[in-house]
Amino acid sequence: MTGDLKLAYWPGCVSRGFTPELHGSMALVSERLGIELVTLDRANCCGAGVIAEHNQELADTLNARTFALAQQTGLAMMNICSTCQGAQSECQQRLDADSAYRAHVNEALSGEGLQYEKDKGGWTNKNFLWVLVEDYGLDRLKAAVKRPLSGLRVGPFYGCYIVRPKHRLGYEDHPERDLYLEQVIETLGGEVVDYDGSRKCCGFPIVTMNRDTSLRQAGTHIGDALDQGADCLVTPCPLCHLNLDMQQPEAAKIVNRDLGLAILHLPQLVGLALGYQPGDLGMGTHIASTSWVGERLAGVPA
Amino acid sequence: MAEAQQEAAQTEHDAKQYTLKVRRYKPESGDGPYWESFDVELDPTLSVLDGLLQAKDREDGSLAVRCSCRAAICGSCGVKINGKSTLACLIQIGEAHEAANRRNGGGEPIVVEPMGNMPVVKDLVTDMESAHWEKIRRVTPWLLDDGDPPERERVVPPESMVDITQTIACIQCGACVSACLSMEVDPDFIGPAALAKAYRFVGDPRDVETRERLYDLAQDPHGIYDCTHCFSCIDACPKGVAPMDQIMRLRRAAGNEEIDDKNNGHRHEAAFVNIIRKKGTLDESLLLQESYAQGVKGKLIPKPAAIKGLVGSIPTAVRGIRTGKMRSLRKLIPGMHHKLPGDGTEYVGRIYEHAEEHATELNLYITGEEGEEPAPKESDERQAEAVTAPAAEPDETVASADGGDAEQPGPDQEAQR
Repeated sequence: MTGDLKLAYWPGCVSRGFTPELHGSMALVSERLGIELVTLDRANCCGAGVIAEHNQELADTLNARTFALAQQTGLAMMNICSTCQGAQSECQQRLDADSAYRAHVNEALSGEGLQYEKDKGGWTNKNFLWVLVEDYGLDRLKAAVKRPLSGLRVGPFYGCYIVRPKHRLGYEDHPERDLYLEQVIETLGGEVVDYDGSRKCCGFPIVTMNRDTSLRQAGTHIGDALDQGADCLVTPCPLCHLNLDMQQPEAAKIVNRDLGLAILHLPQLVGLALGYQPGDLGMGTHIASTSWVGERLAGVPA
Repeated sequence: MAEAQQEAAQTEHDAKQYTLKVRRYKPESGDGPYWESFDVELDPTLSVLDGLLQAKDREDGSLAVRCSCRAAICGSCGVKINGKSTLACLIQIGEAHEAANRRNGGGEPIVVEPMGNMPVVKDLVTDMESAHWEKIRRVTPWLLDDGDPPERERVVPPESMVDITQTIACIQCGACVSACLSMEVDPDFIGPAALAKAYRFVGDPRDVETRERLYDLAQDPHGIYDCTHCFSCIDACPKGVAPMDQIMRLRRAAGNEEIDDKNNGHRHEAAFVNIIRKKGTLDESLLLQESYAQGVKGKLIPKPAAIKGLVGSIPTAVRGIRTGKMRSLRKLIPGMHHKLPGDGTEYVGRIYEHAEEHATELNLYITGEEGEEPAPKESDERQAEAVTAPAAEPDETVASADGGDAEQPGPDQEAQR
């Protein structure tokens, strides 16, 4: 399939650090879907809200630099991290809100020959989830499915930064953005598991500050999903993945119950439906075993 | 007159049937909470509160709901509608019906529950004492002055008060407390409403105990570093207070005061900021090391809480190595993470210099967004507070972090007491 969708791609820091399987599976999936990705290898960290907490202008300028690098390619931008989406949207909102401020921030980019322009040719920055539904299209995704995820019970886990605040994240124009995971799961042939925690917080931002509060959140949501019969969760956020998967054994101790629920990155779930094997998608490197997902799908021919 | 009659007839004509599924609780019965559905008939533009009052009027007078002004001013009718914390008078019933039926296209009732994170007194009436008022008192919600009363009022430049008008807009409804996802797992968390109230005094130029306030809130394990940054309170607030943003400002102020809290909050922030300065992208291993234990390199002695945190993270790291998640030991060595190619980090460094020199803080609540009509409810408030921002001149908009350059006139009602 030749792709007519070509995007400037910001993989984020964590997908090349503690969750390399996300970066790898995104590469496989985009190729098979025919989405051409131009990696922004000079772009910098989004600040994850932490830099904005320290110095708002610094976060805004760092992200303006990333946006400008993307705009230089003439392409819309795609990220694969809810936190990047939220942190970048926050900065973009301020940059777009005030032309004088934007000019001031652009001053700091001029040495590198960069400039962020508001609405340049309808320029957007979207998470892979939004791209999949709004630009690629669920019909086209359905047509690309080689192995429907029949019988796989999947709980959506969005990550706060991609669902709130609604105004900043474009929900006026796209009111169903907080239903896209459900739509994708169904398009891939899976079964949606409704549970209390799907739009709640994984707790990651305070894991080094208040470990108990942080992991109690992760553990509670995983437990709720298990109680509703989930085989796995799927998330568009690698930071949620760190708390839900990497910290899962520690979260289990804090909520004092057995957990053991596979946590998939969104491109991994899509990849399974496109016919990739769990091993291709790096699912063997997860902390919480993903073997149950593999077993569920073993009966479904790829 | 005829017009009014016609309008009334029209309204009657537009009335639609809705089902309200209400979580009820009668403490005197000795039974637990239960669900009860009420069919109501009213215009879609009327509020969920109007629906509840119709049910109370026509079906069951014992249905308990707290309300007063019915106009999103008094803050009495906080509830959860379809799981979202808000005011019952603020949400149109037609809108609530649509929200309840987003996924299946019809037939679902509007679900109304009492606010979360607080005990229920009866039906939709909650006890806000322990989760809200006690925490408000916890942050010393009054001005701490120098003890030397002025002859008349304390005069401050109006622009120095503009910054805190956002927190002053709070009507104490508790919707943010109800929505708080940290409080859901840690009931001791001081919480969004009280911390927003804390910023109201931290940001007040007349208060003389700013550092003491910040020190107190930074050191408390349930203070500013217990907020998990989930944005729930921002979306729940009917007044645009954005409590989480106020908590982040408290953190910024505590950081500027270099308060080295025992929760590792400031160290985490400082480590993050420094790593991006050096490398452009995040090196998680280095972040863990520097957040927890800068003492490893002999710079600082790690605090007991930091050592505990570092030791606590060891099993996770070991598991990561075992599964191959950390592809090699090298990856776990702080400082081995990739840098930006070429001169990328140099340009990032220049951005730091520029941003540190100016440290602009733009509050869109005050300045508004270009090219957008302000939302009606917000514009009403702005008028009420007389913070009418004129079309911003470049020099005005680029205000310094302390708000000293913000030129908007902002006489504040509390400032004039």
